[in-house]
Amino acid sequence: MDFSFSDDQVMFQEAVRDILVNECPPEVVRAAWENDNGRTDGLWTALAEMGVVGMTAPESAGGLGMNETDLVLLLEEAGRAALPEPLLEHTAVGIPTLAEAGGPVSDAWLERAASGEVTLCAGPAGGYAVGAASCDLILLIGERVRAVPVDGASLVEHRSVDGSRRLFEVEGDAVTLDADPALAFDRSAAAAAAQCVGVAQHLLDATVEYVAQRYQFGKPVGSYQAVKHHLANAALKIEFARPTARHAAWCIATSDPDRSRDVSMAKALASEAVDLASRTALQCHGAIGYTFEYDLHLWMKRGWALSAAWGDAAWHRNRIATALGL
Amino acid sequence: MDLSFTLAEGEFREEARTWLAENVPAEPLASMDTPGGFEEHRAWEHILFDAGWAVVSWPERFGGREASLVEWLIFEEEYWASGAPGRVSSNGVSLLAPTIFDFGTPEQQDRFLRPMARGDEVWAQGWSEPDAGSDLAGIKTKAPRDGEYFVIDGQKTWCSRGAFADWFFCLVRSDPESERHAGLSYLLVPADTEGLEARAIGRLDGEPGFAELFFEGARVHERYLLGGEGEGWAVAMATTGSERGLNLRAPGRFMAAADRLVGLYQELTESRGPDLDQRDQVVSAWMGAQAYRWQTYATEARLRGGAPIGSEASFMKVLWSELDVELHATALRLLGRDGERADSSWMDGYVFALSGPIYAGTNEIQRNIISERVLGLPRR
Repeated sequence: MDFSFSDDQVMFQEAVRDILVNECPPEVVRAAWENDNGRTDGLWTALAEMGVVGMTAPESAGGLGMNETDLVLLLEEAGRAALPEPLLEHTAVGIPTLAEAGGPVSDAWLERAASGEVTLCAGPAGGYAVGAASCDLILLIGERVRAVPVDGASLVEHRSVDGSRRLFEVEGDAVTLDADPALAFDRSAAAAAAQCVGVAQHLLDATVEYVAQRYQFGKPVGSYQAVKHHLANAALKIEFARPTARHAAWCIATSDPDRSRDVSMAKALASEAVDLASRTALQCHGAIGYTFEYDLHLWMKRGWALSAAWGDAAWHRNRIATALGL
Repeated sequence: MDLSFTLAEGEFREEARTWLAENVPAEPLASMDTPGGFEEHRAWEHILFDAGWAVVSWPERFGGREASLVEWLIFEEEYWASGAPGRVSSNGVSLLAPTIFDFGTPEQQDRFLRPMARGDEVWAQGWSEPDAGSDLAGIKTKAPRDGEYFVIDGQKTWCSRGAFADWFFCLVRSDPESERHAGLSYLLVPADTEGLEARAIGRLDGEPGFAELFFEGARVHERYLLGGEGEGWAVAMATTGSERGLNLRAPGRFMAAADRLVGLYQELTESRGPDLDQRDQVVSAWMGAQAYRWQTYATEARLRGGAPIGSEASFMKVLWSELDVELHATALRLLGRDGERADSSWMDGYVFALSGPIYAGTNEIQRNIISERVLGLPRR
């Protein structure tokens, strides 16, 4: 039993954090709300050059041959920065699923996905594929995993509460991949859980900073116990969601027999954590947090979206109940 | 990262499980807060100690087996899953021993640790006073020096098992003129000291193990001073957890309770059909215990990497104490009209769980610690 990350894993996390702090400030997230594709200008290319985009591809396909335990810290960072790029869809789900499937679709797409030349999207069958119009190949995860190139798909767009998330219903002639749909779903849910943890952490950090410098009655509002205890409660939820999200990543990487159950635990707790962090952040900011021009809502809305995506907390608790024989 | 157990850890688990299966009393012991039950629990501690299971993570010369912290966590999982009795020695082992390891002289370590671990000497905490609970620095019990002795006058209260304990670990004001955190000393006090009287207080469950202590000129020799004279506050606060055990309540205890709750729901479903609301509550409680487990293994890795546990212990204390209430409250909701029956172990557990958010620092104080020392919010 060793729940520590290697120096390399931590250094990779810090490198990604640095680039996101510099290249993905709130203005960049805001710009993604307004532009054509909901993405950034050039950040995906920069992440590809760092090896992040293709890190989960085998080295033989030009990737770094890394697994979910390497990726989970980066997904947390993506959440923390509200990164509007398909790290979940492409790197956490698309690439490993193509690599698992093999066959002609994988042959045609995997190497180019690893290099970042093409972008993969993944969505639940019958649900919404985020950013489908700006990708090249869409994976639909349901009873089977099916793949459809964006050129051959008909897309119906819907707006998300998070303006950078472009939601698409996808129809088209899809090819069934030889990949385990339950595993693909778990990869998605676990990655969403890790991102929820990162979003929640940012909401907490931003709120702690705000309440320390906002004065009322001659004192920082963060010195009042009512405010302190709100924030302590949010911190508690995050403190216990984070290790379960990291454990879920390990379950995927090692094909743990309880993988689906423990991915569900991670997503349920991470959804609950980000939901509470959002409520707490808004309440402790007060009216300024309720404005569109203040940046807080960029993370709140990402949190709302990710909390519900790939199964909300109640859905996952139900799946755990089934796994426990209840 | 490797979240599987090593071969050696697996063997350790198997050895613990096998021993427990063969040795755990078939019938539950009487409450350790009754005179008879206290002695039954003390006898159980002797059995554990003599077989090397009382304090697995301690050095061998004090009766341990030098187990790693991970192995201690494994032992706790197996211990509680086996249905073994509560640990009457736990306040000494969890709250005092880490301080003796860090601050005790070699003579004090040799004198106190083995008898504590074997239950030959059961310890109770004498910190709270009638006017100093959460505000511990407000204690007034005086213990000025008289030559080689400290002479204690004052009152302590809410001492768990204080009516039966053999020794008390007390925080007292050795400088009678001092205030707040200064001038305190950490004293180890024999229960049979002249001038010390322990009076039982009926607990919420009616059992008499709880006590208040009255000191009138009780003389305690300086060899029972733990750490420096006047440095009691720092000594008391320095060791909230240690490499020999993270805290008072390991995850295994709550994992076992969560598994029993799952079993209770399954049993009731057979007789009366499913209830989806209750099923969801059972899952939430089960998840809480699992989350505590993984957070604890993550904390173990951080400690092994050289980080102090520090204020993060407050996260754990709030989590386990509120989880314990949730687990038992959920069980009582499942039981419905049968929940109130006095022979229900869930009701006993619920009543005990209700003390968790109060003892060892109320959860309000813990939330203050989280917000001020972990998050860095301004104190005022």
